[in-house]
Amino acid sequence: MKDLVGIKELSRNEIELILNTASSFKDVLRRDIKKVPALRGKTVVNLFFEPSTRTRTSFELAEKRLSTDVLNFSVPTSSVVKGESLFDTIKTIEAYGVDFIVIRHSSSGAPHFIARNVIASVINAGDGINEHPTQALLDAFSIIEKKGSLEGLNIAIVGDILHSRVAKSNIYLLSKFGANIRLIGPPTLIPDMADHNVEVFYEMDEGLKDADVIMMLRIQMERQGKGFFPSTMEYFKNWGLDMRRLKLAKKDAIVMHPGPMNRGIEISSDVADSGQSIILEQVTNGLAVRMAVMYLLSGRGENV
Amino acid sequence: MYSNMLIKNGHIIDPSQGIDGIGDILIEDGKIVRIEQKSGSLEAKKKKNNDFRTSELPNFQIIDASGLYVIPGLVDMHVHLREPGFEYKETIKTGTMAAVKGGITSVCCMPNTNPVNDNKTVTEFILRKTYAEGSCYVYPIGAITKGQKGEELAEMAMMHEAGCVAFSDDGRPVMSSLIMRRALEYSKALNVPVISHCEDISLSEGGVMNEGRLSAQMGLRGIPYASEDAMVARDIILSELTGGRLHIAHVSTEGSVRLIRQAKERGVRVTAETCPHYFTITEDEVKGYNTNAKVNPPLRTQRDVDAIKKGLKDGTIDVIATDHAPHHRDEKLQEFDKAPSGISGFETALSLSLRLVYEGILTMSQLVEKMALISARILGIDAGTLKVGFDADIAIVDINKEFKVKSENFLSKGKNTPFEGWVLKGMPVITICKGKVYDWRQNE
Ligand SMILES: [Zn+2]
Ligand SMILES: [Zn+2]
Repeated sequence: MKDLVGIKELSRNEIELILNTASSFKDVLRRDIKKVPALRGKTVVNLFFEPSTRTRTSFELAEKRLSTDVLNFSVPTSSVVKGESLFDTIKTIEAYGVDFIVIRHSSSGAPHFIARNVIASVINAGDGINEHPTQALLDAFSIIEKKGSLEGLNIAIVGDILHSRVAKSNIYLLSKFGANIRLIGPPTLIPDMADHNVEVFYEMDEGLKDADVIMMLRIQMERQGKGFFPSTMEYFKNWGLDMRRLKLAKKDAIVMHPGPMNRGIEISSDVADSGQSIILEQVTNGLAVRMAVMYLLSGRGENV
Repeated sequence: MYSNMLIKNGHIIDPSQGIDGIGDILIEDGKIVRIEQKSGSLEAKKKKNNDFRTSELPNFQIIDASGLYVIPGLVDMHVHLREPGFEYKETIKTGTMAAVKGGITSVCCMPNTNPVNDNKTVTEFILRKTYAEGSCYVYPIGAITKGQKGEELAEMAMMHEAGCVAFSDDGRPVMSSLIMRRALEYSKALNVPVISHCEDISLSEGGVMNEGRLSAQMGLRGIPYASEDAMVARDIILSELTGGRLHIAHVSTEGSVRLIRQAKERGVRVTAETCPHYFTITEDEVKGYNTNAKVNPPLRTQRDVDAIKKGLKDGTIDVIATDHAPHHRDEKLQEFDKAPSGISGFETALSLSLRLVYEGILTMSQLVEKMALISARILGIDAGTLKVGFDADIAIVDINKEFKVKSENFLSKGKNTPFEGWVLKGMPVITICKGKVYDWRQNE
C-alpha cells in the first residue's frame, strides 16, 4: 500500500493491520519517552489547504514522535494564494524529496489526484465531503477499546451526514466490519448511502433505541442559510443529543464526537462532559492511529 | 487543388433523396453535378452500364470508394470553437480542421466566447476568421441575451442578418421564464430556433457530476436529473404558449426524452439533440475523479443511456451533435471541482455514433439523417445533402476500419476525451469540403 486516500480503498485486513499497529503505538505513548526512531530521516509535508487545528496538531505530533522531519505548508503562507495550480504545488514539493504528503483539501478527490502524480505516500487528512480516513480509523480503534469489537454493534451516526467526511469514512469502515449503522438526521442532510447497509431514521428517539455507540457530527452554521434546516434551535430540538435522549440508548452506550463541538446545538454540555463521553480519548487514540498509518506506509514490517 | 472529381463505386447514402446503394458522384467546380446509381432503384437498373468513362474526364481526380460509404458531410449543430477569447483552448483554424477530420463539414458555434457573440460585430468577426482560416463552414449561433446574462434580449435580428442561424445562451441557461418567453416569441419573426441548455441552476449549483449513490460515495456534489427535466418541461410549455421554435440541447436524462416525446405527440414545435457521450457512457466514467469525464450536463446512468437510445430510435431525438468543448490540458489537470466541464468530441463522434448502427438501433440512413440532414433543416442551411447543385461536402467512411483513440493525434487543441484508448470501428477516411480533398489514410 502506497497511499491512504480513503477507507473505501482499504480491505478489512489492511484496516485490522492498522488498528493492531496502532495498539502497539499506544503502548509507546504510555512510556516516559514517547519518541521512537522508527522513521528517522524521512520527511513529511503537511499540506493543509483548509484551516484545521486538531487534525494538523495530531498529525504533526505523530510525525514528531516517529522522528520524521516535518515541513508545514498551509494556505495563507503558500503560493496557492498567488494562483499556483495544485499540480505545480505538489510537483515543487516533490522536488524536495519528501516521503509523505499529508493533505487536507476542500475538493473531494484532491488526495487521489495527488497520489496519481507523485512518488511519495499520500495520506488523506480530509478531502471535501468525501473522506477523512484517519478519523474513522481512530473512531474504530476507540470503539474496539471499549466494546471489544465492531461486529453487531448498533452504531448511530447523527447529524449532517451529507457534508461530513467523518461520517462517510465511518460508514465505509463500519459496514466492512458488520456493524448495524443507523443514520439519524433531517432528510435534507442524509445522502443515499443504501449501498452500505445503513438504516435511516428521521426521528432521533427511535434511532437511538438500544444504541451501543452514538457518534455526533458537527453542524456547520452556514447550512442554515442554504435551506438544509431552518434554525439551530429547531435543529437541537429534533436532532441534538441531550440527557433524556442519551437514556434511550443502552446503559453503557458511549458518545463520540470528532470535534470541535457546538455545545447546545448538536450536543448538550452535560452529555459532552458525562462519563459516557469518550471524546477526549478519541484525541489520544488519533495520535496512535496516525503513527501506525505512517509507519505502515513507509513499508515497515508487521511488528513495531 | 482539384475541384473536379469523380467518386466511383461507393455505397452512397443520402436520405434527402432516398439514395442507399452503390453509385458514382460527379463533382465539377466543387459542386455535385451528377449521381449515377448502379443498383438499388429501378431507374438505376434500367440505366445499367451507364458508367462514367474516366477517359472522358481528363481533368478529374478519380476517387475509388469501393467498399466505402459515401455520405453528406456531417452538420454539427452544437460546438464550441472558443474563438474569440479562448484561443489557448481552440481556434477557428484548429477546430474546423478537427471537424473535417471527423467527417464534419458544417458546424454551428455557440456564443460563449469572450466577448460573447451577442452582437453582429462578433458574428462578423467569426465569419471573417472562418473565411480566412476555416477548413469547414461555420454558422454562428448568437446569444439570446446580452452578455448571456439572462436579463435583456440581444440584437437577434441584426445578428441573424449578419449570419447567425439560431440563438442560445448555452452554458448559462436563461433562468427567467419571462425572458425565455420573450426570446421564443421574438425569434418567430426570424423563423429561427431558440436552443435551450436546459438546467435549473438553483437545483444544480455546486454540482459536478450526476446526483445519486455514486456522487454520495465519491463525495462529489450532484446535479439531479430534475435540474434538466424541470427546464425541459418549462421550455416546452413556453414554446407551446408562444408558438416559438424550441430546440433542446444535449439531452442527457430519461425524463427529458419522455417530456419531449409527449410534447411532440401534442404537436409542439420542439426538436432535440443528444451527444455521443450521453448514449455511450455513464457516470461510472467519473470514478477515480477522472476530469475528462466531467461534462455538463453530467454523464448519467444506464437507465438514461437506454432511454436516449430509445429516443433516437423512435425519432424523439432528432439530432446527434458533439457539444465539442475543448479545454487546455492544464485546466483538466486539476481538482475535480475546479476542472472545467466538456469533452473534445469532433474526432470520435462519427465512430461512436456508428455503434448505434452496429447495435441495430439506427440504420445507416437514419444515422446520416440525425448527423447531417435534420440538423441542416432545423437551421435552414444548405447542407446535409448530396443533391445536384449543392456544394460537394462529403464524407467517405470505412465502417470496418478499427482504430485506437489517441488524443495526442487529435487535430483539435482539446485532448480532453473520456474515450482515450478505446478501440472504435468505423471512421471517415476521406473528407471533401470547400472543394478540397482530405485523405486521412495518407498520414498513417
Ligand atoms: Zn450546454
Ligand atoms: Zn455546449
